[in-house]
Amino acid sequence: MSVPSNALRAGRDPYHVGHAPSTGAPEYTGHGGGGPAPKRIVVGYGFWIFILSDVVLFSCFFATYTVLIHARNGGPGPREIFDLHGTAVETACLLLSSFTCGLASLAVARHNLLWTEVTLAITGLLGLTFLGLEAHEFAGLVSRGAGPTHSAFLTSFFALVGCHGVHVSAGILWLGTMMAQFPAKGFKETIRHRYLCFSLFWHALDIIWVGIFTVVYLIGTITP
Amino acid sequence: MSSDPDEFDAGSRVGEDHVVGGPPGEVEHPTLRTELRGYLIGLGLAALLSAASFWSLDEHVIYGPGIVMALIVFGLAQVGVHLVFFLHLTTSPDNTNNALALAFGVLIVSLVFFGSIWVMYHLNQSQVPAQALLQMRGG
Repeated sequence: MSVPSNALRAGRDPYHVGHAPSTGAPEYTGHGGGGPAPKRIVVGYGFWIFILSDVVLFSCFFATYTVLIHARNGGPGPREIFDLHGTAVETACLLLSSFTCGLASLAVARHNLLWTEVTLAITGLLGLTFLGLEAHEFAGLVSRGAGPTHSAFLTSFFALVGCHGVHVSAGILWLGTMMAQFPAKGFKETIRHRYLCFSLFWHALDIIWVGIFTVVYLIGTITP
Repeated sequence: MSSDPDEFDAGSRVGEDHVVGGPPGEVEHPTLRTELRGYLIGLGLAALLSAASFWSLDEHVIYGPGIVMALIVFGLAQVGVHLVFFLHLTTSPDNTNNALALAFGVLIVSLVFFGSIWVMYHLNQSQVPAQALLQMRGG
């Protein structure tokens, strides 16, 4: 292992890197040189692995939907059941909430409690709006007899979009927890790492939604 | 806690213990304005690509058979925008492991998704139609 010699000469702690001083050797970060990475890098990496495993889970649901899109058992197809205006509003809600979650990250980095709480509250409200629209859509389909039990296509649709909805619900619970913990425990390192994981989770949910509105709603609608 | 917002760390460095940490002034920290601009650019690009996806359904905008390909391209581009501007997945050394893990994830997702479609398509093709099956049994 090569310890940057100029960092030693400068009398700095070479093991505090990950972000070595600019006069040191930042090019060593991430390659093992200069000691272990800072905890927030390791925490983020671990949670990123979890998110990727979650994406793999979703890919199975996406594959199921695509394979079963014609298995309608005489029931309605995508063209008959999707209201794309509703989908567009849901998309706008999630995208804006992803943005405000990013703003909250900036506030957390600056230890600004007011802006953290305000931006997180907006994020949560947008998430709840999204969930409300989705619940409305599901209830409408079930009341029209197009529930998940009618055909394999509808089962795969409810499973995929519902699984995403469950993730969003869990995210909102987590968001509420963070809104309570910042005032109660302050901007401690552990709490900020927890927030880092939450923001990764929330942004990843928006990425999954990009896949859903593209594959399920838009490509579904133009599938005969 | 300092009153000077310019001293603090980047959104890409959420959770970095910068406030009580190392001596100030040694690492360049992006200002609030720089970071805000990043998020705004991301929001604008993502909104544009989403709008393009929804509009491309109109057959007068894009040649009919090309719509699916256009949707896939817009979708992938938007995922890229989210990864770079919101998740801050960059080419910096701190991100090497994250990018490698993402590459592995993309491999598995592609195998599962396209593999399922491929296998099931051929299963459907090789399936004996129900009518023919009945005739074989009856004959």
